Amino acid sequence: MTTTADPFSGSYDTTEGTIYNLGGGGDWDTITAAPEGENERIVVNMGPQHPSTHGVLRMVLELEGETVTEVRCGIGFLHTGIEKNMEYRTWVQGVTYVTRMDYLAPMFNEAAYCLSVERLLGIEDQIPERANVIRVMMMELNRVSSHLVALATGGMELGALTAMIFGFRERELVLDIFEMVSGLRMNSAYIRPGGVAQDLPVGAEEKIRETVVLLRKRLKDTADLLVDNAIWMGRTVGVGYLDLTGCMALGITGPILRSTGLPHDLRKSAPYCGYENYEFNVPTQTTSDAYGRFLIRIAEMKESLNIVDQCLDRLKPGPVMVADKKIAWPSQLSIGGDGQGNSPEHIKHIMSESMEALIHHFKLVTEGFSVPAGQAYVPIESPRGELGAHVVSTGGTRPYRVHFRDPSFNNLQAVAAMSEGSMIADVIAAVASIDPVMGGVDR
Amino acid sequence: MTDSQDLPVVPNGVREIDIVGVRKGAFGAAGSGDTSGFGGLVAPIVMPGASIPPFGGWFDEVAEEIALSLADANVTGAVEKIVIDRGEMTFYVHKDALIAFVTECRDEPALRFEMCTSVSGVHFPHDLDRELHVVYSLMSITHNRRIRIEVTTADSDRHMPSIVSVYPSADWHERETWDFFGIIFDGHPALTRIEMPDDWVGHPQRKDYPLGGIPVDYKGGTIPAPDKRRSYN
Repeated sequence: MTTTADPFSGSYDTTEGTIYNLGGGGDWDTITAAPEGENERIVVNMGPQHPSTHGVLRMVLELEGETVTEVRCGIGFLHTGIEKNMEYRTWVQGVTYVTRMDYLAPMFNEAAYCLSVERLLGIEDQIPERANVIRVMMMELNRVSSHLVALATGGMELGALTAMIFGFRERELVLDIFEMVSGLRMNSAYIRPGGVAQDLPVGAEEKIRETVVLLRKRLKDTADLLVDNAIWMGRTVGVGYLDLTGCMALGITGPILRSTGLPHDLRKSAPYCGYENYEFNVPTQTTSDAYGRFLIRIAEMKESLNIVDQCLDRLKPGPVMVADKKIAWPSQLSIGGDGQGNSPEHIKHIMSESMEALIHHFKLVTEGFSVPAGQAYVPIESPRGELGAHVVSTGGTRPYRVHFRDPSFNNLQAVAAMSEGSMIADVIAAVASIDPVMGGVDR
Repeated sequence: MTDSQDLPVVPNGVREIDIVGVRKGAFGAAGSGDTSGFGGLVAPIVMPGASIPPFGGWFDEVAEEIALSLADANVTGAVEKIVIDRGEMTFYVHKDALIAFVTECRDEPALRFEMCTSVSGVHFPHDLDRELHVVYSLMSITHNRRIRIEVTTADSDRHMPSIVSVYPSADWHERETWDFFGIIFDGHPALTRIEMPDDWVGHPQRKDYPLGGIPVDYKGGTIPAPDKRRSYN
């Protein structure tokens, strides 16, 4: 009996007949037989459309086998020129632009921008108490929803699909609140210079209270799923290591900095919006790794829910916008038959009662208010670290220059320090622990 | 600060004038039949001027410590002026002394500004020979303080020393400032574009760079591009 030369499955004859060897394993034999001493350096381009790069982040990896020797990030794929566009809109319109930067933390973008504008206007002390409480409440709810996405996408990237389902399911609860309060689930443009766009609707407080109770229970489920999970720990413990020195040199803030043991939180060190009146802890870990950051995010969500509870207790009836009619947005909204519309009382007021009110409305909506010349930078603690808007005014009705110091942009610089020398799979875990949002990185 | 010296209007309470531009007219009306007379308005754009010590609070301490440590390092004339405005402290630093200045800020134990959180630019086309401003934000976690450093350069000399050797975090921020303003940071390890494509022409955040956009027809009317609409000032 003759044998044929098959490159994939050889065969040989025995007394019992021909034995076909199907386990030879394709053509790997010839490939691995590369000459000795050959350079095995491979350059892999990961992203910008790779599902595990957290959006449109591009990474260029240099590999020795499976070990990463060099990482370089490429960003800019989501650059939309928001800062430039804002220079051609009024100060109030700017809110609708900044809210689209870090799209997972829109309330924080709005707050950072509005706080800087308010400092320029010199009305920081005049923001009504109720507006500040609502701002804090919205920001803390937003922190929960943002951390949930960090957990969900981070889990998905490491193969924990249940965490992804849980995270997005819980985030939906928070988005429902945003929809009820501001009318929009994301990009709410809710926080405005001088206060917030609209008071809480009827029934919002009860809904928030109920949601907080539900979230506490569900967060515990998510935490139970992952905290002591051997696979999760195997993927995150000791991965993405960056110590305090590295954080300082690279300007890293947020959970990454706190995972080194330094309890730096701007809500404590430079309180804004009345954060000094709330009781909460700043969770830290000392492991400096992805697992520590994960634990910090879990703990921070609990703290945020406690702050929301305190906000609900502090809510007293009152105005939600500064009293200064030269700044306060005149129009009020109410739900009409078609689900949207202006408040009939306001229309009646400007159209048939007060000519001055009509003039104010017209001037503020078309021209906007002027902001005295100068510059301001009010940093706040976003879910990802220090977020601040450097706002420059030349006294006009439009921002002269707005620059957002986005924590994701700065923190992405740490990818190389975190993942060079590690396995290629750990790059994913390291990036997930930074939790970059490319909308904020590229702006 | 140069072409505007002959302007008649100086707001009250301004000790030293920092004029970065001129505002003309009102209501954005130009060339039309303006019968109000407001179209003839000319007003300088005045930024907050230099502050005179004592500044109050920790500002004095920081100013003194910086002066002392700069003197120890034999750096003279580094600080052009100090502006305290709206509770924020800004040092206007000469660009030749910038590296020495930030090094002292970082290393001097009484200052200890551990982090450079942000670098960005501002373009004032009418601030002659000081058209480009670079703004640094330093934070001290130890002392819980924050200062801003502003460095100016002429548009004809777009060079600026890079502080990456002192604060590595400035790496991407300086690349972004180069990308958006065309400021060349000498000594930067890899000054390439970061947000715009590598082959992009121009620096978008400069004031002489147009916003772009096209007019849009809507319900029988034409809405001009955003930068062509009436601008109130």
